[in-house]
Amino acid sequence: MRAAGDLVARMQMARGMKIAEAKTYVADKLKISVSELTDPVIMAEVREDLQIGQIMPLPGCAKGIEAKFRQAAVLDLDINCVQRFKDRTMI
Amino acid sequence: MAKIITRYGDGTPLEMSESELMRDLEAGTQDAAERGRIPVLSKEELAHLNEIFSLPYNFVSVEPGNEVVLTYDAGTLKIRRVGVNVDRIQALQIYEKIMGADTMELCHVDYSFKPIKPIVTMEQPILEQALLSTHVPLFYGAMPNLGTYTQPDGPFPNPSELMPMGDIKGARASYDATVEEAVKDIVYAARAMYASGADGINLDTVGAAGEADFKASLMAAAILKKEFPDICIEVGMAGEFILGMHGEMEWEGARLAGMYPHEQVKLAEKAGVTIFGPVVNTNTSESSPWNLSRAITFMKACCDVATIPIHVNMGMGVGAVTVNDHPPVDVVSRASKAMVEICQLDGL
Repeated sequence: MRAAGDLVARMQMARGMKIAEAKTYVADKLKISVSELTDPVIMAEVREDLQIGQIMPLPGCAKGIEAKFRQAAVLDLDINCVQRFKDRTMI
Repeated sequence: MAKIITRYGDGTPLEMSESELMRDLEAGTQDAAERGRIPVLSKEELAHLNEIFSLPYNFVSVEPGNEVVLTYDAGTLKIRRVGVNVDRIQALQIYEKIMGADTMELCHVDYSFKPIKPIVTMEQPILEQALLSTHVPLFYGAMPNLGTYTQPDGPFPNPSELMPMGDIKGARASYDATVEEAVKDIVYAARAMYASGADGINLDTVGAAGEADFKASLMAAAILKKEFPDICIEVGMAGEFILGMHGEMEWEGARLAGMYPHEQVKLAEKAGVTIFGPVVNTNTSESSPWNLSRAITFMKACCDVATIPIHVNMGMGVGAVTVNDHPPVDVVSRASKAMVEICQLDGL
């Protein structure tokens, strides 16, 4: 979560992507290069800009399930707990 | 002649000459190739391992861009095992925020699906609350652990007692019965945790009780995948080959006993497993170079044939990591670097 490992892992878990494909997919969605995915300085800014969860969240930042709603939208991905949250809250 | 500082498989420090290093690298790959009937490592690959062990640094790593992701087994259990007295949701937060974990697993201290079944409704709210406050993908995990289904821990006659009495037929019937019950328990618990929002289900230490353990896991994965096509199932193995406790047990026409990782992964794919975690055991009386060369040979053969992501088990006693509760970073980092660079795997 210091960089983009959680997002790359999501693509492996959800779509069965191998590591290279998963990295390319996430980099494209975040509009950065593959090499920037593991840079904690760049990724801290990207994560803050996109509100997809960060190690040190500022007041008002999306946190927890809020950030996972954003992750699902940014990655164009169904996240199980996000879908369950929508169902339970009738969103 | 430069001296190579490394370790035995139990972690004891060891000093080797360059020729001794190369001799152990060659012997390690040869051992794996003979056991698994797979190719030995090439001269270039052995030279790369030689280079990794010759690096004078304590910690080594891959080149930028070659990083892989990590999944964990029994994460919330291990934080209690080391005496850190936090509850499980706090443990997940510590892993993701303080340790920077890519993924995490919620689990119970009684880490088998059989005891999880009667308390699954107590586990579900924990997962549901954890999912509200965490960010990384969360697995729910446990072991198939078919040993818990035989007497004195379970309902079926113990094959280990029947075998010495010559009751081979009875022992095999007992193994068959354990598979049936274990599949029900795994599917029951996994279905509940998936309904609560789990990002994935981890079947950990698969094969610990022999081929019945592996068969139950494959059957459960196939049932879950058919019922929930989007579910992520990770299968992490217990050992490098499937123990032939039954001897004739099959799944989908394949005899399970004696299978090595490159054969196991093909059945995992057929069952619908999303991520496969193969294992190579560490030999405590051989050197780290011997163990790593051997482990890489098995894992490369597995990665070469796999179409699903491979997360090689790299922990205490497996993946050439030392059999010691405090794995030294020089061995862990060398083994991890070699795994990623030579096997082209997808995670650890």
